[in-house]
Amino acid sequence: MNWLWSNLDRVGELMLVHLALSVPAIILSFVVSVPLGWLAHRYRWSRGVLLSICALLYAIPSLALFIALPALTGFGLRSPVNLVIALTLYGIAVIVRTAADAFDSVEADVRQSATAMGFAASGRFWGVELPLAGPVLLSGLRVVIVSTVSLATVGAVIGVQSLGSLFTDGFQRGIQVEIIVGIVATILLALVLDWIAVFAGRLLMPWSRQRTGRARANSAEPVTEADPA
Amino acid sequence: MIEFRGVTKQFPDGTVAVEGVDIVIPPRKTTVLVGSSGSGKTTLLRMINRMVDPTEGRVLIDGTDVATREPVALRRSIGYVMQNSGLLPHRKVIDNVATVPLLRGTGKREAYARALELLDTVGLDRSLADRYPSQLSGGQQQRVGVARGLAVDPNILLMDEPFGAVDPIVRSELQQELLRLQGELGKTVVFVTHDIDEAFLLGDQVVIMQQGGKISQAASPVEILANPADDFVADFVGADRGKRALHVTEVGGRKIVVDADGRPAGILAS
Repeated sequence: MNWLWSNLDRVGELMLVHLALSVPAIILSFVVSVPLGWLAHRYRWSRGVLLSICALLYAIPSLALFIALPALTGFGLRSPVNLVIALTLYGIAVIVRTAADAFDSVEADVRQSATAMGFAASGRFWGVELPLAGPVLLSGLRVVIVSTVSLATVGAVIGVQSLGSLFTDGFQRGIQVEIIVGIVATILLALVLDWIAVFAGRLLMPWSRQRTGRARANSAEPVTEADPA
Repeated sequence: MIEFRGVTKQFPDGTVAVEGVDIVIPPRKTTVLVGSSGSGKTTLLRMINRMVDPTEGRVLIDGTDVATREPVALRRSIGYVMQNSGLLPHRKVIDNVATVPLLRGTGKREAYARALELLDTVGLDRSLADRYPSQLSGGQQQRVGVARGLAVDPNILLMDEPFGAVDPIVRSELQQELLRLQGELGKTVVFVTHDIDEAFLLGDQVVIMQQGGKISQAASPVEILANPADDFVADFVGADRGKRALHVTEVGGRKIVVDADGRPAGILAS
């Protein structure tokens, strides 16, 4: 434990670096996946192709991707930009199918009723489909948050600083506490981001907790959700 | 007045939903389209607000072909109430009712004030305004659906099996409520149902449709009972059986009306 107290600054600094890597990747993969998921939902023929390509992204070995990306992007091997791009690609692989399912989960009745009331296509997307897809999108986002925060540690192997650096450093120097601190800090970071996402979801979708009466198969309420009491 | 002139709808997969329909729907009356599923009644209804466009023929509202109207603007001028209310689950009751006025650019204050009045109109307590639809009973949701349909004070109100999913007691309440409202407001109501009793109760004009989207008869309930156009209509309205084939029998000097099975339906008032 002495190691932790004498290195608190370093752990804090790595946490911030880790955040700077994972948060942009999480946001980017979400922003890219929502329109892709909508396309897959809206145009049936595109669904198979889109979802397969996105799932294949996940099959690319991460180390290989980290090494191949600099050649493609022109940024240096140790540039965090490459890592953010790689994490975004993996994030897309994780969330795009959920995004498609999210739009599928919007009841046909509600969609038709919106059309009948005179929503134009764009108004219907922003005012009806996107908010109603929200709970399922949130459940996808939560998976991306956890997987991205954890995957970001791999960057340490190719020399991009993150909480993963605590693992590599700890292994090399034989400091067990440092490895454990790295693991705990990574988990804590993931939990905090997840909690923020859940909290934001409650603020943005107050209606989603009220719908006890009309439970549905596609319910987005993740099983792991714990009350922050 | 809504007119269907030689209207046919064939879907891309080849199904003919509606074939050669000519009807005139009189203003300020209730016209009920009734038929079993697959008779094209909902398709017919949806041609009025261009949720479906006919493959042949024309639909006219007050002499104007709806095909010349911009669909979104057209829909905002026509009330629509559907089965399961079709309320937006993520918006509060008051927001649901105010949706179309807000889409049409009515100011917020005015739209919400009007929405509250409409809750009174359909017999809902104003305290429900801040609830979400899922917190209401089926009957209450349907009332909100009607309030929403009336929000822009449209001349035309389209109702697609609006009371199909509620229990019989609530349905009967809602039917009476609709009759009361229609008495006060005098809208041109086009109502779709598969329930002939509901059609006879609510309709000034009843349009009986058969499989393949053809009209068998369009007339007042009395006329349909008196002169069914063909065997299909007679059978559909049950003119010769059950509770519609009533006859009078005298018991102890009073005239009792009984149905075909001999069950009493009431006393003949003279």
